[in-house]
Amino acid sequence: MTVRVQREDFDAGREIARLREGDPKIGAVAAFIGVARDLNDGEAVDTLTLEHYPGMTESALEDICAQARRRWDVIDILVIHRVGELRPTDQIVLVIVTGRHRGEAFAACEFVMDYLKTEAPFWKKETTPSGARWVDARDSDEHAQARWKETDSR
Amino acid sequence: MKVTVLYFARLREALHREREIVELPASVTTVAELRAWLAARGEPWAAAFAEIKRIRAAVDQSMAHEATPLREGAEVAFFPPVTGG
Repeated sequence: MTVRVQREDFDAGREIARLREGDPKIGAVAAFIGVARDLNDGEAVDTLTLEHYPGMTESALEDICAQARRRWDVIDILVIHRVGELRPTDQIVLVIVTGRHRGEAFAACEFVMDYLKTEAPFWKKETTPSGARWVDARDSDEHAQARWKETDSR
Repeated sequence: MKVTVLYFARLREALHREREIVELPASVTTVAELRAWLAARGEPWAAAFAEIKRIRAAVDQSMAHEATPLREGAEVAFFPPVTGG
């Protein structure tokens, strides 16, 4: 299980290769990359600055990965999240899950992203032609996370 | 009881500070009480805590609730809902 918070970009291909290296038990790799868009709430975005809570960010991400591992029989999970100033088309976040079969890998990957969106202490500020603004949290992100809790009680 | 209070994002900007160390009266023992005590000190805390919606808190780097107890030397953070990913 690996969690990294960094300013630098990442190479998903290289990270997948590293995670798979020498492990013949892996039958599935699910990966998600979040990317900075050029438009948000109808306005052009010039830059996106990501602030975080050093220390808590890493422990929150580790906790999310640990929860995913308790729920699904996956082999390994890697999360890389960038901070600092980004521009449209830049990569923001990478989640990779390896497992024996695709079902667990897909589910765990989506779970990690849904929890990251609502539990990991990152905040986005964007600059647009009309000035800088903090990005508001979306209700849809909370609903996405809540789905997993409903699954729990079944 | 002395605690370190951290502020992030919109709240940090509204308060013009990212951290402060505060000495609390004995009556302040939970996250909700700390928040009310900070706001009662006047501006800029009063307006910032009133205007920024759904402020969340963490105690010692774990997500906290209103009733989460404080301890001597705790690190308490206040921030708006998170927007990473």
